[in-house]
Amino acid sequence: MEERISREDFQRLAQLASLELPEEEAEYLRKELNNQMISIEVLESIPIDAETGTAAHGLPYTDLNSASPREDITRQDPHRQAILDQAPELEEGYIVVPDISHQELE
Amino acid sequence: MKTCDYPAYTIADLIKTKQISAVEVLEDALERIRQVDGRPGAVNAPPAQTEEDLSTVHAFTLVAEDYAREQARKIDQLIREGVNPGPLAGVPYTAKDIFTVKGVRSTAGSKILSNYIAPYSATVVERMEAAGAVMLGKVNLDEFTYGSSSESSAFKPVPRNPWDTSRVVGGSSGGSAAAVAAGEGAISLGTDTGGSIRHPASFCGTVGLKPTYGRVSRYGLIAFGSSLDCPGPLTRNVTDAAMTLQAIAGQDPRDATSATVPVPDYLLEMEKEIRGMRIGLSEEFFRVTYFDAESMELVENPIDPQIQDAVLSAAGFLAQLGADIVTDVPLPHTKYGVPTYFVISRVEASSNLLRFDGVKYGYRTSQSFQDLPELYRKTRGEGFGIEPKLRMLMGIYLSAAQFDKGYYQRALKARALIRQDFDAIFDPAGKYRLDALLTPTAPSTAFPIGSVYGDSVLMQYSDQLTATTDHAGIPGLSFPVGFDREALPIGAQVLGPDYSEGNLLRIARAYEQVTAGEDWRSMRPPLVAALDS
Repeated sequence: MEERISREDFQRLAQLASLELPEEEAEYLRKELNNQMISIEVLESIPIDAETGTAAHGLPYTDLNSASPREDITRQDPHRQAILDQAPELEEGYIVVPDISHQELE
Repeated sequence: MKTCDYPAYTIADLIKTKQISAVEVLEDALERIRQVDGRPGAVNAPPAQTEEDLSTVHAFTLVAEDYAREQARKIDQLIREGVNPGPLAGVPYTAKDIFTVKGVRSTAGSKILSNYIAPYSATVVERMEAAGAVMLGKVNLDEFTYGSSSESSAFKPVPRNPWDTSRVVGGSSGGSAAAVAAGEGAISLGTDTGGSIRHPASFCGTVGLKPTYGRVSRYGLIAFGSSLDCPGPLTRNVTDAAMTLQAIAGQDPRDATSATVPVPDYLLEMEKEIRGMRIGLSEEFFRVTYFDAESMELVENPIDPQIQDAVLSAAGFLAQLGADIVTDVPLPHTKYGVPTYFVISRVEASSNLLRFDGVKYGYRTSQSFQDLPELYRKTRGEGFGIEPKLRMLMGIYLSAAQFDKGYYQRALKARALIRQDFDAIFDPAGKYRLDALLTPTAPSTAFPIGSVYGDSVLMQYSDQLTATTDHAGIPGLSFPVGFDREALPIGAQVLGPDYSEGNLLRIARAYEQVTAGEDWRSMRPPLVAALDS
């Protein structure tokens, strides 16, 4: 059977997902993704006419069920310290990160 | 029996009338946990091995004893002062470990959040506390809620079904359903994205209510599919589900998608009679599709006749009470529910999972790294399990311009068609004019642990009867309708139009009352019944 997601495609996906994967795990994941595509391709058989729109939500949001946008005001978040305390590496209130390498965009 | 198996409404009454204290009720629940739960789930812990491991429930990832005692003491203090602590006064409940609880470890069942202490509580948790409920702890789930058996959790051992501990609990709110079924708390808060409240509820013989999308706030819920996620209760009876929904429903300024529609009095709605209600049955929900890994094909079969019979028998009881049963209701897009879900939920999941990076909070790799991208790759490669990885990779495949074959747009259109199916049958001026649709909740009863896990397609098809509800955003309520020959619970669900939770509760309550004398109603999970002897 034709593979939808080739090894090369998979490597690109893993890179986009920022995942370092052992070879064996990568092959299992690729096999499952290809199996999932068998189900996803069923979507090609749905008759869809030009009038059918897309639904980002199941139920519509109208004035009857949604609040008006809240005011755009700045507030001090009450959890600042508790949030910072979760960081693996912190220096004077800043989260420390390693070097950000520069790479040419494709 | 102690208070562990009492309904939440009875517990609250006993506490408010000073016949028992909240601390006593809590101690009963903690004792039950010690008796039936075994080792709580933990990261890097071995899976179930010993005789004891194999015969206990493992619903919990964290038993918050001190936290719960402090809450229970507060309730008792309020009672002594003559203050009403709320409708769920002193009722012990558990929260699926996907909800944040301030100061409590909140993990999503993942190694990548295994050390995360939430700095704030989810709105539903705050509302449960405001109603007087006491949180016993966090319960296990599929990692990030991704699954239908709760086996994908990084916290081992994974939950085992109280009705037969060699079976799965369903998922992803599997710890919730198992805890409620085993009397470890009267209520659990779960979430439903493709069926994750109703599916385990059916596998464990509990009630599970997925409200209308937006009826309950998602604030403080670790996100999976943001256009689908829906918090709701799992309980042992319909009244408790109504009381819990009452406590947690309603607009929340912290969730812009929470609905401003007024919340009705669900207990009043629930007690109305069902005479004259129109309840539909659809052929599409009595057929099931399986993925055959041998032939690599999707195969369609009639549903297990035991499940069909139990659901049709429930329809018979509802007819006796004066409901009009409408047959041959068409929902032609039902079979596209899972393919559509494969696309939409994966694209949304991949977007939601990119925030976990080993920099701001959560797990960080202990390997050395040269730069930020390497830190990300190593942390995420080690921190995520199989399911989140699969969902991210698929979500990116389906949404990246490089690979785009138009499936995402196509899935959003399929979603519109699924919604139109439901709109047509619930249209008060239409041909069917239904108040609700009655269907089986799941294509099977609880399957053996290890029998499906690892086959990500077959597992996803376990949600085929629930996923369309989430696509459409409508409410669904699963309730027990009997047992199969192996004494495993069978669940049926009622689905209704937007914000019709009151009607769904009414139907399930009427069924519960009319079947109260049936033999199967007195059945209890063997490990709970054994405590009496």
